Amino acid sequence: MPMEQIVKVDNCNVHMSRDGKGPTLVYLHGANGPNPWTKWFEDLAQRFTVIAPDHPSFGRSDDAEWLEDIGDLAYFYLDFFKAMNLKDIHLVGHSMGGWLAAEIAIRSTERIKTLTLIAAAGLRVPGHAGVDIFLTPPQAMPPNVYVDPKLVEFMLQEMAKPKTEQELDNLIRIRTAAAKICWHPRLNNPQLARWLHRIDVPTHLIWGDSDRIIPPAHGDAYKKLIPHAKHTVIAQCGHGAMVEKPREMLDAVANFAMERV
Amino acid sequence: MKLFMFHLMPYADIDQKEAAKYPSVWVKFPNSNFDPVKGHALYNRYLDELELAAELGMDGVAVNEHHQNAYGIMPSPVVTAAALSRRVKTADIAILGSGFGLRENPLTLAEEHAMIDCITGGRLISGFVRGIGAEYHSMGVNPVTSLERHMEAHDLVVRAWTEPGPFEFTGKHYQFDYVNVWPRPFQKPHPRIWCPSQGSIETLEWTCHPSRKYVYAQAYSPFTAVSRYLNAYREIAEKKYGYTAASDRLAWNLPVYVADTDEKAMAEAKPHLEAMFNLFLSMPTEFLFPPGYTSRESLRRMMQTKGAVFGKSTGEGLVEKGIAIVGSPDTVRKRFTQYHKELGFGNVVALLHFGTLPADLTEKNIRMFCKEVLPALKPLDDKNYQGFEVGKVPAL
Repeated sequence: MPMEQIVKVDNCNVHMSRDGKGPTLVYLHGANGPNPWTKWFEDLAQRFTVIAPDHPSFGRSDDAEWLEDIGDLAYFYLDFFKAMNLKDIHLVGHSMGGWLAAEIAIRSTERIKTLTLIAAAGLRVPGHAGVDIFLTPPQAMPPNVYVDPKLVEFMLQEMAKPKTEQELDNLIRIRTAAAKICWHPRLNNPQLARWLHRIDVPTHLIWGDSDRIIPPAHGDAYKKLIPHAKHTVIAQCGHGAMVEKPREMLDAVANFAMERV
Repeated sequence: MKLFMFHLMPYADIDQKEAAKYPSVWVKFPNSNFDPVKGHALYNRYLDELELAAELGMDGVAVNEHHQNAYGIMPSPVVTAAALSRRVKTADIAILGSGFGLRENPLTLAEEHAMIDCITGGRLISGFVRGIGAEYHSMGVNPVTSLERHMEAHDLVVRAWTEPGPFEFTGKHYQFDYVNVWPRPFQKPHPRIWCPSQGSIETLEWTCHPSRKYVYAQAYSPFTAVSRYLNAYREIAEKKYGYTAASDRLAWNLPVYVADTDEKAMAEAKPHLEAMFNLFLSMPTEFLFPPGYTSRESLRRMMQTKGAVFGKSTGEGLVEKGIAIVGSPDTVRKRFTQYHKELGFGNVVALLHFGTLPADLTEKNIRMFCKEVLPALKPLDDKNYQGFEVGKVPAL
């Protein structure tokens, strides 16, 4: 199990899970909030010191009064890296967390060794908008997250389980924080594309070939704007890539970072 | 008591079979379903209906704002209010309301409302609304900051109406170097302000604050809820702010239908009332309550009682719950008199058209209401009200 830690940065108590030894890997979670510490994280922690913060206003971190948009979150993480004295970071983000990682990197790569964007939001790709996460009823989401019908079924069952008041509150809090950042423009920042050329560290774009939330065309768009990036497409894989293809995702994430330690 | 006729201007010619293919007639119901030729006829018919109500003695006529939907085809109530402003000679014109916070620039609305107030010589009532959840999808406005923007837009607009310009405005959501609205409104200090709501404690406390004392209008709610919220206004004024709220600060907004007999009234109104609630107003939770639009606690409560928000309604059920009043003139007079005795509201905002109600029935309803009901309700005042007792209100 990871160690749980709290640090105060920008007047916000930020909770993080920490596990493993070796080079620093910071994992930034998506709009659905902190990920459960699955075997995927445990395996990653065999090779890296994995630090997975709950973003301000998400999970076990404090509400951040100052949080208005993705830019605020990006500047916060630059402060967070400094406060934690993290260097040579392998920065990995999934979905909204991938978008966030890109927003951090266009501002400064001083403390970043490599950048890995998994199914990253952030760009508007005309004609390739994904399933609207705010308009789609929750019960219709699972087939949009996974290809594997067993995983779809599992997710449906998880969602159908009765929730305690506390669990519902957490869900709503995360949803509200995500809306603050992602509502409009939906899951993108029109300014991001024009600054992606500033990213001067090895970058890895990883997409499931069947992603319906942030379709693979978004990976292609990132590749065009960061021409030096490596682009990996995982077959038979939806948006929930680390759950759907843990082995492939572990290889893709860990090998890229390890080769550049 | 003051009486207003309210119009939502629904797209009554909607193809109901086509509409049934969509989760709602809001947000994503394609606008190819709107026929401008039918729209032309509907707008003119609806404006005629409001003008008729004003001619027949209503104290005011009311319009409102809804975006990208078939429920109400008035994305700009300023347009309909302007169209009414020269034809409606003496009655008030109420915009219930404008979504000031839905706008990138609320000053445009401040200007337009001031224009109507000047044109009508001070007959404008300005409603401030947040817009409903679906409109935060349609307009690309963040629901999380909805309440903040609503209140800030209000502060900006009221200052623009009352303070000599130019002045600087520095808000969280709006910043201006030169606020200098021409024209200034006709009314002093500014147009009367109403706050229509589906019921929210935050809105209530803000509305009845001593610096505002705006009219609170409760819309389309069961009588128990109307009762809770209108009494809460008096209670908060008394207990929290230490003043006694006047009855003219309270309004009830509801569909009303009158015909010769109770049976006939229900038979005529039923399908159209049901269309209003089951077709035009029906929408999934994701549309109605986007994250942050309501407090976390109210959203959690709604999730725990899911489905209860807008279940299928029947005409009879709507009347039984007191969401609508339908019946013979005698029944309608008695029900209003009884409800007024209990709550003492000083304003009734009656939807004399609702849903798919056709032109002939709407006209008949307006005429009968104005002839048979209106004269009995107008004299109702605090003498007919049982009065208010602090501490008797169940907690919200």
